[in-house]
Amino acid sequence: MQSDTYQIGLKNEEAVKKMSKDKGEPDWMLKKRLYSLSVFESKPMPTWGPDLSGLDLRDLAYYVSPNVGRADDLEDLPENLKKTFDALGIPEAERKFLAGNGAMYQSEVIYERMKDQLKKQGVIFMSMDEAVNKYPDLVQKYFMTRCVPPTYHKFAALNGAFWSGGTFLYVPKGVKVEMPVQVYFLVDHPSMGQFEHTIIIAEDGASVEYIEGCSAPAYIKGGLHAGVMEIFVGKGARVRVTTIQNWSKNVYNLVTKRAIVNEEGRMEWVEASLGSKVTMLYPASVLSGRGARAEHLYVSFASDGQVLDTGAKITHAAPDTSAYVISRSISKGNGRAIYRGQVRVNPGAKGSVNSVKCDSLLLSEESSTATFPVEEVYEEGSDVSHEASAGKIAEDQLFYLMSRGFSEEEARALIVRGFMEPVTKKIPLEYAVEFNRLIDLEMKGAVA
Amino acid sequence: MEKGLSVVDLRVSAIGGKQILNGVTFDLPIGEIRVIMGPNGSGKSTLALTLAGSPDFKVDSGSAKLDGEDILSLSAEQRAKKGLFLAFQRQIEIPGVILKDMIWEAYRANWNGQGRPSIIDFRKTLAATAQGLSFSESFLDRAVNEGFSGGEGKKSEVLQMLMLKPRIALLDEIDSGLDVDSLRVVASALNDFARNGRSALIITHHYNLLDYISPDLVYVMKAGKIVDKGGLEIAKIIEKEGYSRWGVD
Repeated sequence: MQSDTYQIGLKNEEAVKKMSKDKGEPDWMLKKRLYSLSVFESKPMPTWGPDLSGLDLRDLAYYVSPNVGRADDLEDLPENLKKTFDALGIPEAERKFLAGNGAMYQSEVIYERMKDQLKKQGVIFMSMDEAVNKYPDLVQKYFMTRCVPPTYHKFAALNGAFWSGGTFLYVPKGVKVEMPVQVYFLVDHPSMGQFEHTIIIAEDGASVEYIEGCSAPAYIKGGLHAGVMEIFVGKGARVRVTTIQNWSKNVYNLVTKRAIVNEEGRMEWVEASLGSKVTMLYPASVLSGRGARAEHLYVSFASDGQVLDTGAKITHAAPDTSAYVISRSISKGNGRAIYRGQVRVNPGAKGSVNSVKCDSLLLSEESSTATFPVEEVYEEGSDVSHEASAGKIAEDQLFYLMSRGFSEEEARALIVRGFMEPVTKKIPLEYAVEFNRLIDLEMKGAVA
Repeated sequence: MEKGLSVVDLRVSAIGGKQILNGVTFDLPIGEIRVIMGPNGSGKSTLALTLAGSPDFKVDSGSAKLDGEDILSLSAEQRAKKGLFLAFQRQIEIPGVILKDMIWEAYRANWNGQGRPSIIDFRKTLAATAQGLSFSESFLDRAVNEGFSGGEGKKSEVLQMLMLKPRIALLDEIDSGLDVDSLRVVASALNDFARNGRSALIITHHYNLLDYISPDLVYVMKAGKIVDKGGLEIAKIIEKEGYSRWGVD
């Protein structure tokens, strides 16, 4: 294990060089890593958001080998992982409704499989590491260039330096992938950083839905998840990304997601955040072509000890672009759920429409919520609106449900589920059922 | 009386407010349909809500027993589990909670049949029951009371009653907002319901519903008290003259 884990002892630059060499990467990627490292080291920790003082970057293993071979069949995975995936319902999901399925464990993708039909249509679905070597031109064109450059922020740069694993998903012109592609992220190293890097390219007229599930068992000491996702939505193309985040409640989840959306393209973000100690998640949509659209749908459940700081960054860079955001957050115990959004309408983006609606539900006296919207509107002929509300569960709703024979706990859980429904209805049914089950577990004991 | 609901000298105040019920006494034996009529503000809704366990009211004194057992010390949930049901006058919206899912969850929570309830049987019964009430099935897929008209809200309450099969149903102004056809349908459902060991208390200030239902007894409520009782003829008097013969407020 020792030789496969990079952490203190190795200087960052040596670690990056060793990692790139071990992965057999081309020179341009090593340069990208080293440049990213220099950016990472030059940028201070962000202080404008949640408290990150508990995150000691020197404490983390930046790369952890899964120590299992690559498998082409879920059956070939080691027994303990097979069990975990069985419990998560992954084999069944693959059989029933996935076009592609992958799994990342520690710092490597250990499994992926795609339906033959899609291979024939030219769809590429593979780990980013593999794609760097198999499709160097394509990757070099898109990897941390104009979507998420290393200078985007400190943790994007950290990812650029130490990235490992993640998905490369390429959908050629006009190909519509009818069923979702899923990747599951799993960590069970006591203290590591998982820095996967994912790129999704939907060429003109293509469409694809990508689902991520994340989990780590509760026994880990802590850790950092600082993934990066770069998305390119071609003209008239459509991409939906759904993330169900259930990291262990001592993980810092500081992720970067950004999409560039071309003419008449459509980007949909569905973010269900349940786990982690601190989450900073601000998916960005750059609406760069006329008529481009984005939907950002978030649901967060912040329990005791959690700070879930989420938001949308939307840039209207072309006329007639539209975006709407629905954020529903629930805070319990001393949990804190925050919406932090940024809307920018560039000069000339006439006829652009942006609507943000944030609603928060507070389940306890100690729980809290806040909304920090920033609007920069440089085009008069646009329509930007922001609505926010915060409240408690209404007594008359509780009484109504209890008069139907529900216990107070059951009634609260039902109301909470209903509150999240505008977002959860967009999650594929199988995941929504699981998500609601996790919420019900969180709601157990929520009655004082 | 052993079986059924029995309320004696019930005095109730709004939380932090004045007394609204000033000693209500009435019975609802199993298998009967009884009616409480009274003008607006006489305390009818307070009575219904208090019996169902609303947190908005405080019982000052008196008793309410179901089958001889006190219910006032029970939570709303426990009362429901004992077979008490309230069809609400005011529509309470529960955003995002889909009506048919809510009824299914309640059906399961109240299930006391053999084995586990079957969702397939449930769905069939629900569809047939909704049809019987001319309740559009599209409302089953909507959130509880969200965007329901007055009439749809009332039918939704009756639908829940028919699905959950309580022993005692309190129906608060179930007739308001219903057109003539709907009144007929709801009345017929209530007539069927109140046989087979179940009872209904219809709380209203109109006569409308009584064109289609023959109650076993009619109570008159005024200023927080039951002031009279009798057969359908009392309801007919109220329809003609209003409540003036029991004194003017």
